[in-house]
Amino acid sequence: MVRNKKILLIIIAILALIPIITKSKAVLNAVILLLIFATLGEAWNLITGFAGQTSFGHAAFFGIGAYTSAVLYYRYGITPWIGLILGGIIAAAVAAIMSYPCFKLKGHYFAVATLAVAEIIKQIFVSWKYVEGATGISIPIIPRSSDFIKRLFYLQFNEKTPWVYICLVMFTAVIILCSYLENSKMGYYLKAIRESHEVAESIGINPTNYKLYTMLISAFISAICGSIYAQYILYIDPFMMFSLDVSMKIVLLTVLGGVGNVFGPIIGASIFIPLSEFTRIKLGGSGTGVDLMIYGLLIILITCYQPKGVIGIVQKLAERSKKANIGGEGKIEATSGN
Amino acid sequence: MKPLLEIKNITMKFGSLVANEDVSFTIHENEIVSLIGPNGAGKTTLFNCITGFYKPYCGNVIFDGKDITGMAPHKICRLGVTRTFQIVKTLNEMTVKENVMTGAFLHTNNRKKAEEIAEEILDITGLTPKKDVLGANLTIADRKRVEIARALATNPRILMLDECMAGLNQTEIKDVMSLCLKLKEKGLSLLIVEHIMEAIMPISDNIVVLNAGKKITEGPPQEVVNNEEVIKAYLGERYHAKSKKS
Repeated sequence: MVRNKKILLIIIAILALIPIITKSKAVLNAVILLLIFATLGEAWNLITGFAGQTSFGHAAFFGIGAYTSAVLYYRYGITPWIGLILGGIIAAAVAAIMSYPCFKLKGHYFAVATLAVAEIIKQIFVSWKYVEGATGISIPIIPRSSDFIKRLFYLQFNEKTPWVYICLVMFTAVIILCSYLENSKMGYYLKAIRESHEVAESIGINPTNYKLYTMLISAFISAICGSIYAQYILYIDPFMMFSLDVSMKIVLLTVLGGVGNVFGPIIGASIFIPLSEFTRIKLGGSGTGVDLMIYGLLIILITCYQPKGVIGIVQKLAERSKKANIGGEGKIEATSGN
Repeated sequence: MKPLLEIKNITMKFGSLVANEDVSFTIHENEIVSLIGPNGAGKTTLFNCITGFYKPYCGNVIFDGKDITGMAPHKICRLGVTRTFQIVKTLNEMTVKENVMTGAFLHTNNRKKAEEIAEEILDITGLTPKKDVLGANLTIADRKRVEIARALATNPRILMLDECMAGLNQTEIKDVMSLCLKLKEKGLSLLIVEHIMEAIMPISDNIVVLNAGKKITEGPPQEVVNNEEVIKAYLGERYHAKSKKS
């Protein structure tokens, strides 16, 4: 535990130092996106890594969060801070309606349902006049001269640095929550459910309920990421928010980093986001998809050689060095002899 | 003595296959009851019916005066009936201690408390030396023991063991036997499904024999071994006839 805390502190310290070291917009932009997607990865990791229910539709919650805060501000001038919480609640409600029937079934129904629901929601938003349909919403910008308090209140900033810190706070809060959950009763129960439904039931766990609780938390966090993302880029439309691309990005970066580990998403995002930003800047429009090609290759290699992700490689190396330190202490193989 | 668990006329069908037919028996407080019978006699099916994994076609399961027939397994466990699995289902990605802690969380939300309960159970089951070994790295004997420990951690009133000795060597069987008696001393009731007669006979208070889904007899161990129908079911007609002649 203590060692993990140290690693967490180091990661946060490095990220916090980046805006001080560099003022490069491209780098800061990559850091902000990295943190948003790492947080999304954490949310996805809860339901898939811990509870073992694969979701291919987290873009739905991401989009609902983005739209809730954007619409509230666009239509009624309500601060995105309220929209952020409300978006989380709406996303959790949608998640509950969608997952409750699926969680009663065993197998891959949930994965298919998430995929379908995300597409359905996208279509609804495309043809929904109130949210400006396919045109999307441009979030009204407050005057450039506004002071910092007002900017914070409306979540709009002239430069990128405040965003780095807002996202860092969000990410830190979520990763602390996740590691707390992992080591609590809920974490143990989710791991048991993931490994064996029957065992879970036989020791008094209600798998449906625990999976549902996890899903609610996961959807809530994803929606908050959506709100933050919308405020950051100030324009949203259904095709970018609800796309399968977003859902897949979340899945892939977590898989690369390490499913079921709290550090998986941040590792995956640290590889994936800079890679896609770099190729986007260097290659521009003609290079669209090159990042995905490289990424696809990485995923293939990882799934073939280390299914636990990059974190698995790190763990293996750590174990090896530990063994070398101890000096050939064999495994305890003695059978019961009392 | 008031019965703790009553199985009343349980019948279970899978399509046209009758796995259990009109099976009834009772388990009293602080008693070890064994369920024996040849392969395919319907022992595990009966187990599943009692613990809520199957909903019996007809009949009732009464626990402590309460009808628990067809209740969800996790609710039945909460009431105090916990089972193990014949095909061991160790949680492979957890250590032995974590396996047991998962069971212990049933009656506490506190991690420290769960750890305390787990330590205690590990001590009783003799798993303390292996508490940090991953489930995936255990031998079959230890897996079976973890299976029992995890069930014990839920603090049941009736512990149901499904073939917890199959595949173990003599010493390991002796360990499980003494564990069963230790648990009985602590006030638990046990329902044991088992094939190994030498292990079952000395520890059981009562033996229920199933054959082809039906209960053929029930009684104290000595009575049951001398019962003709039991010999027939276990050794076959021919051997039965031979033993009669001689």
